[in-house]
Amino acid sequence: MTRLARTLIAVAAFAAPIGLAAGTGVAREAPAKAPPAYAPPPEASRFIDGPGVQLTQRYCLTCHSADYVSSQPPHMPPSFWQGEVNKMRANYGATIPDDAAKAIADYLVATYAEPSAGRK
Amino acid sequence: MALDTAHRRGVITGAAALLAAGAARGAEPVVTLPFGNGERPVRTYPEKRPMLVLTERPPQLETPFEVFDHGAFTPNDAFFVRYHLAGTPPRGLDAATFRLKVAGAVDKPLDLGLADLRRDFPATEIAAVNECSGNGRGFSNPRVAGGQLGEGMMGNALWRGVSVKALLERAGAKASAHAVEFNGADRPQTTVPDFVKGLGIDHARNGDVMVAYEMNGAPLPLLNGYPLKLIVPGYYGTYWVKHLADITVLEQESQSFWMQKSYRIPDNDCACTPPGTPATSTRPIGKLNVRSFITNFTDGQTTKASPRAPVRGVAFDGGSGIAAVDLSTDGGRTWAPAALGQDHGRYSFREWVAHAPLPKGEHQLVARARNKAGEAQPMQASWNQSAYMRNVADVVRVTAA
Repeated sequence: MTRLARTLIAVAAFAAPIGLAAGTGVAREAPAKAPPAYAPPPEASRFIDGPGVQLTQRYCLTCHSADYVSSQPPHMPPSFWQGEVNKMRANYGATIPDDAAKAIADYLVATYAEPSAGRK
Repeated sequence: MALDTAHRRGVITGAAALLAAGAARGAEPVVTLPFGNGERPVRTYPEKRPMLVLTERPPQLETPFEVFDHGAFTPNDAFFVRYHLAGTPPRGLDAATFRLKVAGAVDKPLDLGLADLRRDFPATEIAAVNECSGNGRGFSNPRVAGGQLGEGMMGNALWRGVSVKALLERAGAKASAHAVEFNGADRPQTTVPDFVKGLGIDHARNGDVMVAYEMNGAPLPLLNGYPLKLIVPGYYGTYWVKHLADITVLEQESQSFWMQKSYRIPDNDCACTPPGTPATSTRPIGKLNVRSFITNFTDGQTTKASPRAPVRGVAFDGGSGIAAVDLSTDGGRTWAPAALGQDHGRYSFREWVAHAPLPKGEHQLVARARNKAGEAQPMQASWNQSAYMRNVADVVRVTAA
């Protein structure tokens, strides 16, 4: 088949309308819309229980849910989790004291570096 | 749509189908993306259809991949969501009272309501792809920290609003203007740095960069930036500031954390480093890499053998426009050109379709796009420490029977 014939067939294949607003440069009334209410599903993810989980909840849940941790790659070395805790302190404003940071990193290594860990 | 079957960006389990999610009791639908810890619950958020939940707080929602097989434009209720800060999205935003301010190195600071934007400035429209810097990060090898995204953190929409150029002309940007900062109404609830992005002054007023008040002909969903969102066509999504409230003209480059420390790529031609090695010098991420996806087959799928099976998908790049998409059915040994669909503009998704012989047996489908600047997708993925700008050619294995 020639390239042109293929293209013609393709144009037919794409003929379904997308139903979007058309036209530019014409003032239109703002579509009426109430201030959006926002009721997301209740937060369901939890840190896995274990030594250090309370400190982890106290400092990490300030900014993000537990699934940000449980969705990280499995089988990562201790340096990965220590690096993440340090990144949160140095870059993202987490005010975690040194001793708590070590306990949290130890918890994350023990809990989320194993192949069997993951989203619970 | 066979949503309850194995599909290429993941496997849905736990309920018969996404569409039945509302009726499901107990077993919540879960999509398993094909990498470790890739299980994603599928939930419905305000103004959204069921989406893959990467993180609950801040909300990060991924578009179910099959959506991209249904046209060049991504419906608002399926468009991905990515926030950074706690306390997002901001609550209580009201179109009647929302203000956009233009200040800094300008002669006449502006303080505009939404009605002012619509009444006092010409409307502009542009179709443009918004893609997360880390779209596909979960596939990085070796893997890296960060949001473990599948490939659904992208979308294409028709954006309508006012160009930043028009705003800066009205405000009278001073001759000393060097850059422009953009800040949303979402402010830090903790000690995290405020999410502020910067663009060079010439980029900001190139006429394409705009403040959108409509997306696909409707007001923006709250989770996509209602009531105003910065649109930076051809640039990664990190620049597309939601709930845009402040435009500040600067006489030096932006010192925001999110420019100086975050969203940076290796400062070399490939934006890459040897796998596992950090970059020695970096620069802010910029234009979208050329990319394409096959949308009507899922990896591992069985399909009916055919002498002429349609294979289709979407392609996009950072604004050169798509020149060609080639398809291989033999893992990249031989290629045939696909036909390109309607051109919605150089920043848009471009649909494509090819008709390929799929005799009985196993086939490796590969799509590879090339843009009008001559840049093509690589056959091997490059690597960087943040897994930004992934654009390796898309491979989908199918068995014809």
